[in-house]
Amino acid sequence: MTSPSLLSRGLCILPLCLAASLASAQSSSPGSQGKLLLTGGVTTVEGAAGGGLTPWAVTGSYATDGQIGGTGALTRVRTRDYSLTSVAVAASYGERFEVSLAHQDFDTGPVAGALAGALKDPAFNGLRLKQDIVGLKARVAGDAILDSDNWMPQVAVGLEYKKAKPGHLAAALQAFGAKDNGTDIYVSATKLFLAQGILVNGTLRATKANQTGLLGFGATGHDSYQIKPEVSVAYLLSSSLAVGAEYRAKPDNFRDNNALGAGTLKEDRWMDLFLAWTPNKHASITLAYVDLGKIVPGVVTRKQTGSYVSAQLAF
Amino acid sequence: MNFHRPHCLLLAATLALATATAAHAQATSSVTPLPNDALYQQFGGQPGLTKLMDEFVERLVVDPRTERFFKNANKPHLKAQLTDQLCEVSGGPCKLKGPAMADVHGNMGINKGDFNALVEVLQQTMNAQGIPFAAQNRMLAQLAPMHRDIITAE
Repeated sequence: MTSPSLLSRGLCILPLCLAASLASAQSSSPGSQGKLLLTGGVTTVEGAAGGGLTPWAVTGSYATDGQIGGTGALTRVRTRDYSLTSVAVAASYGERFEVSLAHQDFDTGPVAGALAGALKDPAFNGLRLKQDIVGLKARVAGDAILDSDNWMPQVAVGLEYKKAKPGHLAAALQAFGAKDNGTDIYVSATKLFLAQGILVNGTLRATKANQTGLLGFGATGHDSYQIKPEVSVAYLLSSSLAVGAEYRAKPDNFRDNNALGAGTLKEDRWMDLFLAWTPNKHASITLAYVDLGKIVPGVVTRKQTGSYVSAQLAF
Repeated sequence: MNFHRPHCLLLAATLALATATAAHAQATSSVTPLPNDALYQQFGGQPGLTKLMDEFVERLVVDPRTERFFKNANKPHLKAQLTDQLCEVSGGPCKLKGPAMADVHGNMGINKGDFNALVEVLQQTMNAQGIPFAAQNRMLAQLAPMHRDIITAE
């Protein structure tokens, strides 16, 4: 572990320095939790431990065999026209099971006003799409960190039950054939190539979700599960600092929906470039540049690039 | 790709991977030989490793997470053994003599948290002696597979 004070000095240009210094001060004694630094990943926008956009096969917190640990995280994504806030908690038992809860709140920005105008219904103004997510994950094989002499990754299976709360948009989504709840099922494989300091994760997710569920699940004519890949790659700059990139493919169930004009609800993949800093076993901060593609391109044609900031506390 | 029964596919993939792991678990850990002594030289050769293991053992006997495993150890012997071991795994001209890792550690009741604590103390020691992070990871990659012989408790 790198000395927290050295890191605090080195990275004090970050506005989050104060919070981090406080966290460092509380952990001058060695952590009682038994996993190595950074090996619990961070909290995804959907609550499970992983990168920022995609779950990994690791369990959150620093609990190792026989221990119980927890995390809490606040994540804020701001793109050029939208924003998303996610609050999440997770508990894990050993490096075996993880349970997570997340609440998302998506600000639809200019889409709300456009809908209010087009449909002559002022109730669309200030429209927010909310979603609750319950996640379960179980490690089924492997050790991502210690088996550094072979290619066997750590493997986990998981599910995310999602309940969308699309507010005033609910009736329209129902008319488009989207349900208000759905379950994603995934398998993740994570491997740290320790000698090279490179972590790789691959996830296959079976999902019906539209914009991860914020716009419901499935659509008329496109109502079956699809299996979509998600990939994360990270490079360890030090024992507490990692940089990386992520890619998440998504379904495009509304591609044939013409109710709001052809292609209005077309959906793109998500990507990000991230920097994760874990000064100690109780705090981590993740900063990222995100590219969420076009979101509701029938209304807002420009690509939704922006920032991602996530703070996690672990115990 | 449209797939109407993803459960079956995911389950099959999981089972295949789990079976592969089970096969792996049968294998005993052995040191992967390095092609040259570059890592050994990065650690300062014999003098560097001797100094590193001297500080490492002194930290192990006082760290509250590891002291109970080391407080009764013969420190000079332990330091010499560890120096030989790191010399050997880093491509240096040494050969660790003595009983197998599994025989030494089998009945010590070491769990994964204990093992990781030792790794962290080694990281602290390497940081204190200015070993570059990339070299630290190459050394840890040589040592980490020994967890199969050392961790015997939950």
